[in-house]
Amino acid sequence: MIFIVIPILALLALTAVAVARIRDLWAAVMFTGIYSFLGASWMLILDAPDVAFTEAAVGAGISTVLMLATLALTGKKEKPSKVKVMPLIVVGITGAALIYGTFDMPAYGSAEAPIQQYPNPSFVEKSKEDMHGLPNVVTAVLASYRGYDTLGETAVIFTAGIAVLLILRKDQEGDA
Amino acid sequence: MSTFMEYGFVACSLAILTTMTLALIRAMLGPTVFDRVLALNMFGTKTVLLICVVSFLSGRQDFIDVALLYSLMNFIGMVALLRFSQLGCFGESEVEAEGGAKA
Repeated sequence: MIFIVIPILALLALTAVAVARIRDLWAAVMFTGIYSFLGASWMLILDAPDVAFTEAAVGAGISTVLMLATLALTGKKEKPSKVKVMPLIVVGITGAALIYGTFDMPAYGSAEAPIQQYPNPSFVEKSKEDMHGLPNVVTAVLASYRGYDTLGETAVIFTAGIAVLLILRKDQEGDA
Repeated sequence: MSTFMEYGFVACSLAILTTMTLALIRAMLGPTVFDRVLALNMFGTKTVLLICVVSFLSGRQDFIDVALLYSLMNFIGMVALLRFSQLGCFGESEVEAEGGAKA
């Protein structure tokens, strides 16, 4: 798999640079869509199809449309800006710190990793009986064991969605 | 899975990755809107193909569902982009329809 992972990560880096460099905002939105597709493919290769589903639907689908709707209200071009040294240094240091942080992480797929140890195996053993035969443990945890947490998340996303729709809508009516 | 098949899938995924790189370069350089739109569309199609090949390579047939979702998302994104590039904004017809209803 390594021969697929490395080109995908390289393409991700290329796309990120393109998004940062490009001044035509319409094309930048397009590149963010490409970025989401690539990120979702990578998550899929890391064996997380549910996260890849979400990333593809939200990142490549909805946010592209929302960004374009925002572009319709603003302009299509970004003002050219000079390369500033200080932000570059701050970003570099932050990136280096984040990479340093990953050294403590267990190797991908390691049996010693907390994800393999910590969630009590009783979830896997009991959830089918607790949920009256539902086979998917992730769904059981999200929708029942952590049901209030999911309810809160849904409320937050609903509020954010309403706010975005109101902002995008008000100006459209103002134009008309 | 035979070794021959496996080599075939590896070669196939490498070819698809090469095509993705070329499409990305075209999207970066693309002087006109249509070069970029075509490059993006091709990139999305190649992503779908890559996921299919990966699913056969790793024996996870359920990845095909994700590939289906990708092609749907690619289509929606494409329609949105083209609509925006043609009209310059969204929901123009909706606003007109509302205005007409109010008037």
